[in-house]
Amino acid sequence: MNLASRLRRFPFWSYLWFALGVLYFVTPLFATLEFSLSMQRDTLSFKAYERAFSDPKFAQTFGYSVFLAVMTILFSVVLIVPTAYWIRLRLPEARRIVEFITLLPFVIPAIILVFGLIRVYSSPLNVPFTQITLIEPLTNFKFGTNVLIIGGYMVLGLPYMYRSVDTGMRTVDVRTLTEAAQSLGANWYVIIVRVILPNIRAALLSGALLTFAIVVGEVVLASFLGVQAFGPYLFLLGQHRAYEPAALSFTTFLLTWAAMGIIQLVTGGQGQVSGAH
Amino acid sequence: MNQTAPPKPAIRYNLKNWIGVIPFFLFAVFFIFLPSVRLFVGAFTDPQGNFTLANVFDLFTQRYILNSYWLSIQISAITALGGGIFGFLLAYSVTAGGLPKSLRSALITFSGVASNFAGVPLAFAFVATLGRTGFITTVLKDVFGLNIYDAGFNLYSFLGLSLTYMYFQFPLMVLVMAPALDGLKREWREAAENLGANSTQYWLRIALPILLPSILGAMILLFGNAFGAYATAYALTGGRLPIITIQIGAQVRGDVLHNPNLGNAMALGMVFIMAISLAGYSWLQGKTERWLR
Repeated sequence: MNLASRLRRFPFWSYLWFALGVLYFVTPLFATLEFSLSMQRDTLSFKAYERAFSDPKFAQTFGYSVFLAVMTILFSVVLIVPTAYWIRLRLPEARRIVEFITLLPFVIPAIILVFGLIRVYSSPLNVPFTQITLIEPLTNFKFGTNVLIIGGYMVLGLPYMYRSVDTGMRTVDVRTLTEAAQSLGANWYVIIVRVILPNIRAALLSGALLTFAIVVGEVVLASFLGVQAFGPYLFLLGQHRAYEPAALSFTTFLLTWAAMGIIQLVTGGQGQVSGAH
Repeated sequence: MNQTAPPKPAIRYNLKNWIGVIPFFLFAVFFIFLPSVRLFVGAFTDPQGNFTLANVFDLFTQRYILNSYWLSIQISAITALGGGIFGFLLAYSVTAGGLPKSLRSALITFSGVASNFAGVPLAFAFVATLGRTGFITTVLKDVFGLNIYDAGFNLYSFLGLSLTYMYFQFPLMVLVMAPALDGLKREWREAAENLGANSTQYWLRIALPILLPSILGAMILLFGNAFGAYATAYALTGGRLPIITIQIGAQVRGDVLHNPNLGNAMALGMVFIMAISLAGYSWLQGKTERWLR
């Protein structure tokens, strides 16, 4: 092949678009990194990182966010895996309605969700038409707020978790697995925990990591519910510090990157679509 | 008796099956339906608890509420269009555009990261990039002698927020469009070329018409994505740019409108717009599936 025809085949425009895309991706990250490293005058240093990580409030809020993320993932799995399994096996007629519900979080943004949650649960929940109190105002005590925020995060993660799990179950033959396990004498608990879960672990992991990425930096639910999580902490830090927030922003980016990289690895390129802004 | 008996167990069996999904429905009731219903009912209630249409009516008559919706719609539409076009070109470049496979998986992974990289960290990243002392601002000033802030640019404005939103908008487009572009069959192109079509004709008369529903659908998705965004805008502008989510946020923090139910109506209006976009998206998605399987 001579040079002229090679040049003609060279996808110039494709490379141009790709280069522009890379530029848009990378520039803000580079700027953040560069800024976070320049806390000391005229020299690059990790001082901003040291300062940011050594703040006890950082460890506290970040740890709390991780706790919330783990709880959200745990409860989501406990709720969604049996539901998706049951629908596949016994109740295909519920598929449409359940899928519709899992798409609702796309219609209800986080700000509306937290608005509604506060409106409902900041007053005692009575049995309809009576004065019998079912639940005390959840926003008034710590356990209640935790329930609210984890529930809210489960809603935010619902579309991704459900889709991951459902896709995972499509690729393994749930019915045959169940029948095989049943004929060996397994009960429902054993079937789900020891047969179904291990078979969809890649899907579970990708759903879990996506949920983790959404929850750890989440700020809307946390700040409106008054939860001392990492998102509101970072926001407040940004109000009166310059370098530390940049350092933490870059760290957050690396975390998201790690989560997505692992998803890419375990699902073999079937990337997930998300968004929690 | 014997003749009516057989259908009965079937129905009972069926009903028993629904027990398995009760936990899921309970969760949905407590964390999705109750909050939505409360907002919905509140939107049609006056402070004394009677039914009224005044709150919804106010949405269309109060100037600042209308302005907020309009601002949100503009920002969402512009970033959906810009992000959509740019994202499409990027998705094209790694699918049909002839770039190596390795670049494709790199782009998809990076898009997954960027579409999730939002909120407060994203706002800070853009301050470090395009803020008054940001990286690009400084480079333009030192190297090209161009002070973009003197030239009228401001990160904490409509344009600045749009540029920031673009960071999660076009990656989302890439993620949605790449599979659709994969669906274009090689045979179609070959058939067109055999009939004497050139590349432009192939794109304008075959590929784009097939892709159009999914392009539009994806752009609607992007619209909704930006329309519901709150954290990024709040962290960047601190509420100075009164988009509708910021207005609702102010209403949740404290009753700034002196009518809590007006906040409900504003939320309802947002859900309404989001629902229309999602319906449009799924309708267009259905149109696409006929071709791209």
